[in-house]
Amino acid sequence: MEVEVLEGVFDANEIIAGENRKLLGEKGIFMMNLMSGPGAGKTSFILRTLEGLPENSRIAVIEGDITGKIDSERIARTGAGAIQINTGGSCHLEAKQVNTALQKMNLDTIDFIIIENVGNLVCPAEFKLGEDLRVMILSVAEGDDKPLKYPLMFTESDVLIVNKTDLLPNTDFDMAKMKSVVMKMNPDVEIFELSCRTGDGIASWISWIKRKVPGDAVG
Amino acid sequence: MHELSVVESMVGVVLKHAEGNRAEKVTSINLVLGEMSTIMEEPVKFYFEILSKGTIAQGAELNFERKPLIARCSVCGKEFKVIEYDFTCPDCGSLETEIVSGREFRVESIEIE
Repeated sequence: MEVEVLEGVFDANEIIAGENRKLLGEKGIFMMNLMSGPGAGKTSFILRTLEGLPENSRIAVIEGDITGKIDSERIARTGAGAIQINTGGSCHLEAKQVNTALQKMNLDTIDFIIIENVGNLVCPAEFKLGEDLRVMILSVAEGDDKPLKYPLMFTESDVLIVNKTDLLPNTDFDMAKMKSVVMKMNPDVEIFELSCRTGDGIASWISWIKRKVPGDAVG
Repeated sequence: MHELSVVESMVGVVLKHAEGNRAEKVTSINLVLGEMSTIMEEPVKFYFEILSKGTIAQGAELNFERKPLIARCSVCGKEFKVIEYDFTCPDCGSLETEIVSGREFRVESIEIE
């Protein structure tokens, strides 16, 4: 006997992502999911973002890594609350893990949550976490051919950060070509070119994210 | 390699529907997999064998139906196959499009006894 199922395999994750979103909505918290391949500069980008926002901003960071707590220790040094999730081998965060992290946090003292996903340009794109904003980083060192190699990440993101622009003179990275490919894949994407090392270009990202987070939570 | 957790949830969907229909055995599982999905057939089969062991779905045949990446233009309504992830409408040149198929990974139906 054939039984019709018509159920998406990601539905279960998306239901929990919806619950996360509802919880955050009730608490008036804005959540950003930051994704990239390993070494593109996610942690440095978060540190620059924390540095650029007013000191009294109530920000927490959820760190997803396969193992270890190096990143959460780097974040904690800034005074921002950091929670580490170790995925134990899994290559991405899922909504359920974020839900568990949210249960451990005092949500009444937070306005803005930044999730640093596991370094991976493929899998995190498939898993919604309940975020308001999906931000991805491509560093120029990785090459301008990545959009067509990892299309889902580029079509799923609201913001594309092109990091390590200070290395541009030493690479063949074609910024105009990369942008024109991305704009055909995802015409609504916001693109920021910056260098977390030199700080160049960070200011325009900071002023954009300040406007994006509702209210005066981050100044 | 995110197929492990994905197959876990796929097996969950299959068993829920099989048990809801009082099945004694699941003989085949019909899956729809979009061109743009990051899921690969081979690791799905590999993990399925492990994760279905000892359940009524053990030994079920997995059938994959691939769906091409199709978009619909929001301006002129044209449906077109997306080539190289260029979502520009071939008729009117608009970039206001929505995906019709190609993103899915779905359990379409199951054969049970």
